[in-house]
Amino acid sequence: MSLLSPVVDGDGAPFWEYASRGELRVQTCADCAEPRFPPRPCCPYCQSFDSDWRPVSGRGRIWSYVVPHPPLLPGYAELAPYNTVLVELTDAPRIRLVGNVVTAADAPLDSVDPARLRIGAGVRVVFAPPDEQGLRLPRWLLERP
Amino acid sequence: MAGLKDATAIAGIGRTAFAKQLPESERTLACRAIVAALDDAGIAASEVDAFASYTMEETDEVEIAKAIGAGDVTFFSKVGYGGGGSCATLAHLAAAVATGQASVGVAWRSRKRGSGPRPWRNTAVQLPTPGQWTRPFGLLRPADEIGMLARRYMHEYGATRDHFFNVALACRNRANQNPAAMMYDRPLTRDMYMTSRWISEPLCLFDNCLETDGALACVVVSAERARDCRQKPVYLHSVAQGLPAQHHGMVNYWNDDPLTGPAWTAARQLWKTADFGPDDVDVAQIYDAFTPLIPLSLEGYGFCGRGEGAAFTEGGALEIGGRLPLNTAGGGLSEAYVHGFNLITEGVRQLRGTSTAQVPSASTCLVTAGEGVPTSAVLLRS
Repeated sequence: MSLLSPVVDGDGAPFWEYASRGELRVQTCADCAEPRFPPRPCCPYCQSFDSDWRPVSGRGRIWSYVVPHPPLLPGYAELAPYNTVLVELTDAPRIRLVGNVVTAADAPLDSVDPARLRIGAGVRVVFAPPDEQGLRLPRWLLERP
Repeated sequence: MAGLKDATAIAGIGRTAFAKQLPESERTLACRAIVAALDDAGIAASEVDAFASYTMEETDEVEIAKAIGAGDVTFFSKVGYGGGGSCATLAHLAAAVATGQASVGVAWRSRKRGSGPRPWRNTAVQLPTPGQWTRPFGLLRPADEIGMLARRYMHEYGATRDHFFNVALACRNRANQNPAAMMYDRPLTRDMYMTSRWISEPLCLFDNCLETDGALACVVVSAERARDCRQKPVYLHSVAQGLPAQHHGMVNYWNDDPLTGPAWTAARQLWKTADFGPDDVDVAQIYDAFTPLIPLSLEGYGFCGRGEGAAFTEGGALEIGGRLPLNTAGGGLSEAYVHGFNLITEGVRQLRGTSTAQVPSASTCLVTAGEGVPTSAVLLRS
């Protein structure tokens, strides 16, 4: 069974459009320049409705992680135990993205031994091959594999 | 809010059996719990004119009112965010009764989580937000979401699995005293805990609450009326809800400080209108869907400082005779997981002096709702 694809909403669509081109971008207020995540219509800092999507370097650090075991949805149970991490972006420390640390852009969810993960470990983004809808998930490689 | 202080009281409590599998429907179970609570209070069903429950409650007030034979209903309310709603149901009824919108309120929760569907399986419809940012990456279940916070909490404050075990053990020990608890005859040891299977590392089997079928209910009336009822009144001393600024629900990782959750917001409001503080709480019923929620809540509600919640659990502090006896019927971890409503009824039993793990002369009790989601809490006093 395949893994879940993102159910994209209007606010999140630009994130996935950039990701499908291999770019990691963060919604940023066009007026006060504060980044925000998850995407939403209005800036919580200045109430502006204008936003840009700012490219970020794609570097970050592991803020936390879990290693799920079954019972899980079938597609995930086959790969468990795998890791799910939360990555804090170097360029935008308030932005944290849920993801997976893998050995290569197209490697499976369980390709990294969870014992090698540490809070604070440096990671950099890669993008998974397109799924059936053409969406590409951001994934993470350890800076020191 | 000062106007609500001790203005209303819980006059009756009721429940069904708790089990992995009960044959009756959620609707029947709800009616049984409500009828039992009314009987406990000595109030006729025809006098009920207010209802409050959770938005996740699937039995609605129209059906319940009709089935139990309630009179004309003039107030009804439902509270969102799953287990965060338990204490808010009481808060809403207290406000309705104290302001004259109604006179006899019933709050309830009925659930078949033991034998029914598990919500994490229902991924056919992913919520657009935050599901698109979490589900594809295998962050699927509440245990995975809370596990992420737990790992960070351990990293920042030196909390260990032994601290989480202290929580699981205190709840299990109390359940072992409570014949109604699902874990009544099943003691827990450190070895069992440490060698149990993982659910989502760092959380193991015993860090997770029980999947349960069951229902519970409470009757709320004015303090004056409660004094004429069958049971000793348990007063709603202070009530609060809490939705912190920039909160994101179960996945609060996008907040600047994810380790100060909704408990902190609810607590500020709760203590502001109370005549006593955390040091004066005799017994606590703290929402325990997962063990790490206890240290986080101990900090949030002011029983200890930031980062001190794990150490607080040491030395039997949460056991009977300890600094803060916790979840004295066994809690969600070992009595039953009915979205925290059993914590309310146990708080009432403690202040009536009828708990199976009675704290001697307990006269104040904190009850909290789900931490990690928009939450609520009540202070009860006898």
